[in-house]
Formats: sequence, structure tokens, C-alpha cells
Amino acid sequence: MTQLPLPPDLPLPSATPSLDAEVRRRRRWLRVPAPWRQPLAAVGVVVVGAWVVIAVFAPLIGPDNPLAQNYGILAAPSSAHWFGTDELGRDVLSRVLSGARITLPLSVLLVVLAMAIGAVIGALAGFFGGWVDNALMRLADLFFAFPGIILAMAVAAALGPQLRNAVIAVVAVSWPSYARLVRSLVLAARNAPYVIASRMLGASGWRVMLTEIRPNISGPVLVLGALDIGNAVLLLSGLSFLGLGAQPPTAEWGAMVAEGTLNFNDWWVGTFPGLAILTVVLAFNFIGDALRDALDPRTARAVRLS
Amino acid sequence: MTSASPATVVAARPRTRSGAGRHDLRRFLLRRLGTGVVLLIGITLVAFVVTHLVPGDPVAANLGQSAIGDPAAVAAFRHQYGLDQPVPVQYLRYLGDVLQGNLGISEQSHRPVLADLEEYVPATIELALFAIAASLVVGVGLGIVAAAFRDRWPDHVIRVISLAGVSMPVFYIALVAFYLLFYRLGWLPGGGRLDPAQGAPTHLTGLYTVDALLHGQWELLWSAIRHLVLPGLVLAIYTIGMLTRFTRASMLEIMGNDYIRAARLKGLPEHVVILRHVLRPALISVITVAGLAFANLLSGTVLVENIFAWPGIGQYAYHSAVNLDLPAIMGVSLFIALVYIVLNLVVDLLYGVIDPRIRLS
Repeated sequence: MTQLPLPPDLPLPSATPSLDAEVRRRRRWLRVPAPWRQPLAAVGVVVVGAWVVIAVFAPLIGPDNPLAQNYGILAAPSSAHWFGTDELGRDVLSRVLSGARITLPLSVLLVVLAMAIGAVIGALAGFFGGWVDNALMRLADLFFAFPGIILAMAVAAALGPQLRNAVIAVVAVSWPSYARLVRSLVLAARNAPYVIASRMLGASGWRVMLTEIRPNISGPVLVLGALDIGNAVLLLSGLSFLGLGAQPPTAEWGAMVAEGTLNFNDWWVGTFPGLAILTVVLAFNFIGDALRDALDPRTARAVRLS
Repeated sequence: MTSASPATVVAARPRTRSGAGRHDLRRFLLRRLGTGVVLLIGITLVAFVVTHLVPGDPVAANLGQSAIGDPAAVAAFRHQYGLDQPVPVQYLRYLGDVLQGNLGISEQSHRPVLADLEEYVPATIELALFAIAASLVVGVGLGIVAAAFRDRWPDHVIRVISLAGVSMPVFYIALVAFYLLFYRLGWLPGGGRLDPAQGAPTHLTGLYTVDALLHGQWELLWSAIRHLVLPGLVLAIYTIGMLTRFTRASMLEIMGNDYIRAARLKGLPEHVVILRHVLRPALISVITVAGLAFANLLSGTVLVENIFAWPGIGQYAYHSAVNLDLPAIMGVSLFIALVYIVLNLVVDLLYGVIDPRIRLS
């Protein structure tokens, strides 16, 4: 109360920084903190890393083929089957492990797709302004106002209940937030001195966009993407839970939780895939949260308002 | 033309108070209503395109096996629902009907979609109101504590709680809660809005708690509340996490201001500084988020309603989607979009009430 708050990370001027080093320092929009200062982020990285390893090596780690119906049905967890077996006599542990091979890559894929679509639309809107801006942003408003999961359900149901269509559905409802963020960043950058300098040197609009603006706004967009992966996992598994995504016998976590609802007394069928979803989403959110904190305040604000 | 998003309203320069305030308000309202109508028409278009230009065939989804084999039955079905017309004509017909308050006939219930909505909407509204109230109390409370104890242990604990809240797969938590609190412990009822033997309270609003309260039907009131708790809290978990994080962030942003330092320097007790000087302006952005969160709750009930057998629009939408009941899907979408647009408007108007500096842009 008596102490005036200092900005937390005021950079100390180094003795005689070379111009190169200075540019590099400024370009680095993230302070990479020591792990003990961000314990949650460290936990998140470890857990996500573990799931990635599991996804890659699932067939080697898992005790059994996730689709093989080799055992007695609905056996409780034991030393032979750590997570028990499901109603078709499949080993739940193997299915949970192999579920990572579906959820992780698809969630990343759909965030990348939403980011790409949103970035292009947002960049066009911000760069051209005028009626292009108006039209594109009203389109984004439209998808914003449209109830997300209902649109996803309609798309998934109309195209047919398949994992691929669930991905399309989730992309359809998640691109507008990227479009809005990119548009606001492009608008802010459009009149920055470095952009004007580049234009005065005769650079075309495309060149300015790709070589000057893009690298300067990519940071916040990537952070929004990191924050979004958790949501993508939740939406995708939610659709599968409703039966509008992965179909049996695919070992997908949301679908497995749904199988658990049919075997209510045998809690292990649904519990372990549910915990898998929870840990993955939590870990991604730990990382995303720390990333947002590590951003400089201006971009952090932009990401939060998007 | 540009719709005032929350960010632009907050960023708008405070204009001097002039006598034209009332006039400004009317213009603002008219413009926002206009944008809202355009958005709604856009929604019908998107819903229509999504549900019509895709391979799913409502005939196959709604007629029985024997009827599909009968060309006359198929043709009659197509004619009855206007499916034999070109798609643009179908859309214009639908739009014209909507303007007259006719949302079409549900292909499942064979009743007007509007009547279906009237039946299912109150249940969802009741659930969402309970959830948003719970989230505001818990979320804003936790956010205040976290901001007041910034970087100390309560803040860290609350941070983990709120992150966990936004990371929970709602369908899984719903199952766990259902299993423990209903199936194992029997503390709370498992599903539906009332016990099976009970009839609905005398109809007035369709919100059972309110109806029961107004008519003094205490037993029904107690039952309705007990049935609300489980699905309501499960639905609230995500919103609690979101509001906690948001309250904390916007309070911390405001705490950096000079007038907060001034308030402290003149010796105000910390709780007065926090509650009077920090919380009030922070509530502006919290209200924005809460308004949008409420709209999201309406569509987010799909998963919860399915698990708790709650007879609301979430279940209705799910069954319509699975059965390709196009008028019903569009009706639900239109309703939720309408709520979203109206809430956006209300939120913008509330800004002015909370912070007189903000003139309507």
C-alpha cells in the first residue's frame, strides 16, 4: 500500500545491445518463464507431452488391441485389466490410450482450420475496410449469434453422423473469434510506421500483409489457438457423446463415456475416458492460461476481448 | 451500421452530456433493432442453407419403411411440407411464414413448432436462470477474492478451481453427479422437473418454481427446486469458471488506475476500495460476459438436458437434429439467436446505467 507498483518486467537496458539483438528481443513477445515460476504451465506441458507420447506409441503401450473383444464382459478393474473391460469384452485401458490418437490430432487440426479460415477473413476485412469489412464482419456476427452446438448438431446430423462431419461442424462455429481478433490486430497495424514505410517503398498490399503485418500479429492469434484447443476437445467429444461424431466401434472418449451411461453400475466403463478428456483439456488450459499471462499487456488485452 | 460490440462501446470516447441524450438513445435503439432484424434474417438463411443443401433426406428420416416404398405417400409428404418446390421458393415461403409468426409444423410432433417451443422454452429458461444466478454469485465472489488476494494462496487455489471449471466435460460431470448424488446417495432427484406423481403447478409463466410460489403450492415448489439443483449446478460449472477468471482479470486491470491508489492513500479501508471503487467499474465487463454466457447456456443445455431428462429446448433440438426435423431445428436456432440479440442490446443499455460516463455510441 505504501509501495508504488512497478511494472513487473521492465527490461533492464543492456550495456550496448547490437541492433540485431535488440530486434530479436523485441520480436520475442513471450517471456519463457522458469518452470517453477509457472508450476501450472509446467504440469500442463508434462501432461500434454505424456498424452502425445501415448498417442504416438499407443499400440506399443496398450496391453491389447482396442477393438478386440477378447475378454469377459464388464470385468471390474484388476491387475489383468487396470481399467476393467467394457460390455463387449474390450480392454478399457487400451481403448482410452488409443483414444488419444483420435482426439489430439483432430482437435489440433480443427483449431488450425478455424484459425486459417478466421485469419484470412479477418485479414481481408481489416485490410480492405469499407464494404468488404462490413460484409465479412456481419457474416462473423451471424455465426457468433448462431447457437454453436445447435449449428454443430444440425451440420453433423445433416451431413451424417461421422467424425469428419463433427470436425467440419466445430470449425464452422469456431472461426469467427479468430476473424475478429485478426481484424482488430490488422486494423491496429495498418497505420503503424513500419507498414507505412513498407508501402512508401512501393510494396504491394499482399506483400505488406504477408511480410510485414503477418509476423507482427501472429503471436496473439497463436495464443488464442492454444486457449481454444481445450474447447475444441470438449465440443468434439460432446458431439461424439451425443452420437453425432465418432461411431462405434471407434475408441473415441466422448463415445466411450456414452457407452458408460448404458452400463451405469459398471462405473469404470465411462469414468476413465471421462478422466482422459478432463486431463487433456485441463492441461491445455493450464498452458494457454500461462501463455496469456506471459504476453505483453497490449496483446493480452486483445486476446481477452476477442 | 457497425453494431457496437462491447469493446467499441467501452472504448468510445465519453461525450459531454448534452440535452440530446434521449434522442441519441432512441436512434441507438432503432439502429440496434435494425441490425438485430438483419441478423435474424441471416440466421434463418444460414439455418436454411445448412439444413437444405446437404444430402440428409427428411423423407427417409421421417417416413416409415413401408411408406418410403409408396411413391404416393412420399409425394404427399413432400407436398405437405413444401419439399417439392425449388429451394429458394421454399426459403421465401418459410421467411414469409416466420414473419406471420408461423414457424412451420414439426415433422416429429406434427404440431406447430411455435407451440412446441412454448412448451419447452420455459423449462430451459428456468434451468438457465438458475445456472446463471449460481454462476454470478459463485463466480463473481471467487473473482473478487482472487483479485483481492492477488498472487497469494487464495488466488492460486481459485485459479486452479476456475481453470478446472472451464475444463470439465459437462456430459461427464453430469454423469458423475448423477451417479453419486442420485444413484448412490439419493440426496437429490435424478431427472425431470418434478417427481413422476406430481402434476405441474397452475400454469402462469411455465417456470415451475415461480408458478408454485405464486400459487402457494409449497410442496411443488420444494420439489421443483430440488429437481433444479443438480442439472442447474452442472450447467453452471463452466460459467462459474469463466466468470471467476473474467472478474479477477477486469478487477486487476482497474486496480492499476491512479484513482485506486488515491483512494488507498486517503486511508480508505481495503474492503471499501475493493467493493466500491474497483468492483463497480469491473462489473461492466462482467455483465457483458454474463449476458453472452446466458445465451450460451440456452444452447449449452443440450448435453445436460439429455442426461437429466429435462424437457427443454435442448432435448427438443437434439431430437430434431437426429431426425432431420428441419422446421424444428430452425425454430430453435431462431429462438436462441433472438435471445442472444436481445441480451446484447440489454447489456449495452446496462452499461449506461452502471457507468454514466459511457454515452451510447
